Amino acid sequence: MSGTAYERVKLARDSKRPTGLDYIKGIFKGFIEFHGDRRYADDPAIVGGIARLDDRPVTVIAIEKGHTAKERTHRNFGMPHPEGYRKALRLMKQAEKFGRPIVCFVDTSGAYCGIGAEERGQGQAIAENLLEMSTLCVPIISIVIGEGGSGGALALAVADRVWMLQNAVYSVISPEGCASILWKDAAKAETAAASLKLTAEDAKNLGVVERILSEHGIGKAGFYDRIRSLLTEELDELSRDIDLAQSRYDRFRNAGVSAVIKVQA
Amino acid sequence: MALLNFLKPKNALEEGGRTSAPVQRDDGEPEKKCPNCHKEFPVSRLWANDLVCSCGHHFRMKARQRIQMIADKESFHELYADMHADNPLGFPGYDGKIETVRVVSGEREAVVCGTAAIGGHACCLFAMESYFMMGSMGSAVGEKITSLFEHAVQHRLPVIGFTVSGGARMQEGLLSLMQMAKTSAAVKRHSDAGLLYIAVLTDPTTGGVTASFAMEADIILAEPGATVGFAGARVIEQTTKKALPDGFQTSEFVLEHGFIDSIVTRPKQRSYLTDLLALHDGRAIA
Repeated sequence: MSGTAYERVKLARDSKRPTGLDYIKGIFKGFIEFHGDRRYADDPAIVGGIARLDDRPVTVIAIEKGHTAKERTHRNFGMPHPEGYRKALRLMKQAEKFGRPIVCFVDTSGAYCGIGAEERGQGQAIAENLLEMSTLCVPIISIVIGEGGSGGALALAVADRVWMLQNAVYSVISPEGCASILWKDAAKAETAAASLKLTAEDAKNLGVVERILSEHGIGKAGFYDRIRSLLTEELDELSRDIDLAQSRYDRFRNAGVSAVIKVQA
Repeated sequence: MALLNFLKPKNALEEGGRTSAPVQRDDGEPEKKCPNCHKEFPVSRLWANDLVCSCGHHFRMKARQRIQMIADKESFHELYADMHADNPLGFPGYDGKIETVRVVSGEREAVVCGTAAIGGHACCLFAMESYFMMGSMGSAVGEKITSLFEHAVQHRLPVIGFTVSGGARMQEGLLSLMQMAKTSAAVKRHSDAGLLYIAVLTDPTTGGVTASFAMEADIILAEPGATVGFAGARVIEQTTKKALPDGFQTSEFVLEHGFIDSIVTRPKQRSYLTDLLALHDGRAIA
């Protein structure tokens, strides 16, 4: 693993990287896609449904960016609308009802910034996912496969285990956005990328992710086989946890605690 | 600390809100211009009117002024006042920035939390501070709000929260982002315990705070004309290359689109909240 933080950002954004649907096809068998949030629309930027992990039925949800220009436009470049997050939550609740574990693939520069997205409550949709995912009583594993862009990524990552591909990034804001707000200069994105600590190693050091997945042979059968066996192993382990919701609460409860100072009176 | 005291506002009203009749400053009364009606008012007159202009414009209010306005006299007991942010990522310029805003705001962090009574009803109360990095949420803000909800569960108290925030604090990177999940999980526990949470959105409530505890309350109120949204208006304009509709991302806009329960002006908030607390069996204190 090498390269500057900003080089990682560019790698994470590379349109040739496998996308959510590639992971679903590579890892699972017999994916059946379900559409719509039952409230407003179907968001092509989020794909979800049921599939088999070996023989185990699982609910799979992925943010999909697409590869070709046409696909990417159709998928809104992987920037979900509120209806995408609401579809994801609907499928997660369905998974809980039928006792299926949930696997999410995260790859977005962020939730879409648009007029319609605001009119339909982008903030509320993300907030509801964070709220509801915190107590779902089935195991959740989220994998950041490319970009983990802020709240729009977190809305699919309130999980028991969060993993990252070695060249994936996970950040509170894009380095360009950070540079333009703080230094009024988007060209300082490189400095911002380094300062934001957004690489997989940084995220692991901060205790935000548990595992970094090697990109050796990325996109090939062996690569997906490796992730499949890791998922199986981890789901076995999580199924032994008698109080998953408590463990998940503690996982997030501890975030940033060591960064808080208590002054002496 | 001596320097901090020296730079703190001298006017008692600035510190404590409407504790007494407005005091004339001997160096001449400062005036404030209303961005809505463009009239100028002596600051003390605005303070006496809860920082609401005669045209109805709600000026931004400091967290402690707000608590003073909402809570029963001398009922507020602050919690977690000792917590503040470190610079966990060693982010360039963050330490200096924190030092400066601490002096300007007189606060240690971007939220003030505690227990209080409103109209005799015991509750947990938090008010975010716009003068502290625009109420941005870092690890300390997340920890204080989470702890407050946990305290409320333990003591079976409702939570009233006044939000004002530019979103997650980018200088703490991923740790700030995680506060969205952390506070949400605490809100959920409080909700599952059958307890009431009322959020009052004030100008501006945006980003990661909108996308977490601001939008997770049982009852969501807002002050008139406040900016309420997720993404920044400028970012949306640049992304979509479309002109934004009139009144986009205001309290009135989110009310019309079904995301808040009601808009409540400042002078009515105390009695409105008292009523709601009474309707939810708020434990009356003698």
